[in-house]
Amino acid sequence: MRLEPKPQPSLAETLFYPLGAIVATFAVAALLVLAAGASPFSVFALVAKGAAGSQFALLETLTRATPLIFTGLAVAVAFRARLWNIGAEAQLYIGAVVTIVLGTGALPLPAPILLPVIMLAVMAAGALLLLGPAVLKTSFGVDEVVTTLLLNFIVLLFVSMLLEGVLKDPMGLGWPQSKRVIADAQLPRLITGKRLHFGFVIAIAAAVVTWVIMKKTALGYEMRAVGHNPDAARFAGIPVNRVLMKTALLSGGLAALAGFSEVAGLKGNLTLDLSPGFGYTGIVVAMLALLNPLGVVAAAIFVAGIFVGADAMSRSAGVPSYIAEVMVATALLTMVTAIMLTRYRIRWR
Amino acid sequence: MSGFNRDMPSPEESFENAPVVLRLSGVTKRFGSLTANDAISFSVRRGEIVALLGENGAGKTTLMNILFGHYVADEGTVEAFGKELPAGDPRAALNAGIGMVHQHFTLAENMSVLENIVLGTESMWLIRFDHRAARTRIRKLANDFGLAVDPDKRVAALSVGERQRVEILKALYRDARVLILDEPTAVLTPNETEALFRTLKILVAEGLSIIFISHKLNEVMAVSDRVLVLRGGRLVGESVTSRTTRAELAQLMVGREIPPPSVAPATVGGPILTFNEVSTARTGTGTPLDKVSFSLNAGEITGLAGVSGNGQAALAALLSGIERPMSGSITIGGKPVANWSPQAALSSGIGRIPEDRHAIGTIVDMSVTENAISERYRTRFSRHGFLDWSAARSFAEEIIRDYDVKCPSPETRIRLLSGGNMQKLILGRALDSDPSIILANQPTRGLDVGAVSYVHQRLLQARERGAAILLISEDLDEILALADRIVVISKGRLSAPSARGERSVREIGELMAGHQDAALELAGAGNAA
Repeated sequence: MRLEPKPQPSLAETLFYPLGAIVATFAVAALLVLAAGASPFSVFALVAKGAAGSQFALLETLTRATPLIFTGLAVAVAFRARLWNIGAEAQLYIGAVVTIVLGTGALPLPAPILLPVIMLAVMAAGALLLLGPAVLKTSFGVDEVVTTLLLNFIVLLFVSMLLEGVLKDPMGLGWPQSKRVIADAQLPRLITGKRLHFGFVIAIAAAVVTWVIMKKTALGYEMRAVGHNPDAARFAGIPVNRVLMKTALLSGGLAALAGFSEVAGLKGNLTLDLSPGFGYTGIVVAMLALLNPLGVVAAAIFVAGIFVGADAMSRSAGVPSYIAEVMVATALLTMVTAIMLTRYRIRWR
Repeated sequence: MSGFNRDMPSPEESFENAPVVLRLSGVTKRFGSLTANDAISFSVRRGEIVALLGENGAGKTTLMNILFGHYVADEGTVEAFGKELPAGDPRAALNAGIGMVHQHFTLAENMSVLENIVLGTESMWLIRFDHRAARTRIRKLANDFGLAVDPDKRVAALSVGERQRVEILKALYRDARVLILDEPTAVLTPNETEALFRTLKILVAEGLSIIFISHKLNEVMAVSDRVLVLRGGRLVGESVTSRTTRAELAQLMVGREIPPPSVAPATVGGPILTFNEVSTARTGTGTPLDKVSFSLNAGEITGLAGVSGNGQAALAALLSGIERPMSGSITIGGKPVANWSPQAALSSGIGRIPEDRHAIGTIVDMSVTENAISERYRTRFSRHGFLDWSAARSFAEEIIRDYDVKCPSPETRIRLLSGGNMQKLILGRALDSDPSIILANQPTRGLDVGAVSYVHQRLLQARERGAAILLISEDLDEILALADRIVVISKGRLSAPSARGERSVREIGELMAGHQDAALELAGAGNAA
């Protein structure tokens, strides 16, 4: 069996295979639902209803999508330049830590100034956290997959230490949690009384800005060139290492915003379960979006919808909500297969 | 066309009665809309050397891949010694006694010659392997066929010519009766080539058959008994070698007459770029430069001849700005360069045509436009960090028009362009700004004849307007045709330059092999022209 590249995939093919991927994903999930003793169609209907069937469901999906847009953008930007940032989870937590440090009353500024200041500091912290692995990669050839992945655990333990120590809320009844951010450091809710917050708007804006950077600027051109072929990019005079640094700064900053938005927009304080793996799910989101920044928004809402919908479904149908994890994982695998089939033809002998 | 029979001719008398050892019938292979092989039929008889002649892209490699079971033909069959080979089985051809010597050797450098030769011939489950018997057998084969090489030497310590002998021994050790050599002379000096040809004559005298794949006409004329000419995937001619001529073959290969470039005498100006005792660091397996001094003069093409891997890569990397000198100095326009980088090379006015179009010269998954602007996107095509895509696109269209790049649109990915069109784009990108210095590293390798003469014309035009050109080529004929002045590189050192026609091909060959001619040996920096 071998793969032969197709010269130029037709429009029909580029549409057919991704659609096939979605069908295949539901087919796999349907088998599992059958195994759990329920009817696939009613379960899928419940998932859809739970994700978008009411105003509450829809807002909940968008709320869940917000951090995924940030981490998805962070991964999309980095992967485009072939900087394998697996550390969005760590950058998210660092962003949350900075939000707590600056947002619990340390800075006596009014909200319109305080929030941008915190955002800038958050982005700088996330950017610096990814700069380390990027420097190690360009100077010593240390694999950034290893360094960024392991940093996730280091940072999580570091946050744990802070929450048991200097950042621990004295009024927290001994729980490892931080103080709550002051009112001026909170992102406003978009609809009074609902959970969807201004972080979603910032996420959409971040996606648009990232898209403009990738498509319209010299930096975006450099990042794509470095990602496709660093040797040729270097030959053409593109400063490859500097481009990788800039990519790291951008990617780390975007991922850190996820932590800021979760703390300042939704949770109000920092706990160790702030992120149920938003950093890792960001990789899935970015891949499903084919690394396109605007696609990241759609992919993040899709993935969030499946999670939110599966939670609701599991309450009423009794099928475990882990079906959501299976569906997202299957969607990733089938989508990657679909991309391959769009570009290559399989020869069986 | 006199004497050349485009239909299947009668084979020459001496091979008429020899048994057919290999027969291809109607082999056709299509890749999408491209027909790489179109109903190719021929046979090879015992004891003859058949040359398979054709430009790159003519379908030679595809044909050999089918023969060896790497590709499955859409139509047609391959027969060896009267038995049809099953399609798509690489072992079938080997077991049938067909051996192949690839252009790029497939040897494990950290193992001995003996280990390389027996690799894969012995059962995996064998506990003890009889080295002595293998060694005796290799010695005998080496003696019989004039393939002198020590079985116990490590391959890493061998010269290129020796490595090729190991490859041939490998095939013979496996009882190959048909030997296919893919561009065997590309890496050899003229003298090594002669030795190879002697070996081939012995092999066929012993009853082997040889398919000699080449695009070099004089070698085909010198060594083969019969010539097959491929063009555009079709067998366009077949002849007994002694009944044809170079000119006739060339015409068949390209489908039209190739005019040799007419070179007007050069009007040489002063030195524009000077190397003073420049050495480079050893990187990877490449040969570094060792105290190299020379200069490039305005309005002159300096040809750098040499066997592949003798420091050409280091010199090209240095001029491109990818490498920095370890010691010594580079002066451009009278000023010593500092902070050397690709960007610095570009702004010093060096136009660069790299050796490898796919790996270095272009980014194949980006568009024609994106590749066209890659050297000037910051200076010419962006404002305040934003790219001016409409200016970029019109620049790409300008190159496409001026340099005759055939592509569907400026948005086409480079991957879909032919090698010639890729090279024209690179040429356009490098020459558009009228650089005062041009580095042309193997600028015509793998191109069809039309593209070759186009590249040559462009280089000569640049010389006319006063550019200083360094032409690095492993094709001595190309250097002899174009260069006003020739320097030879060997083991990272340069010979003294010689003017056009000053040294004979034989003398240049000696220099390529590393024999310094005492009278001309570079005494120091001072006499570098």
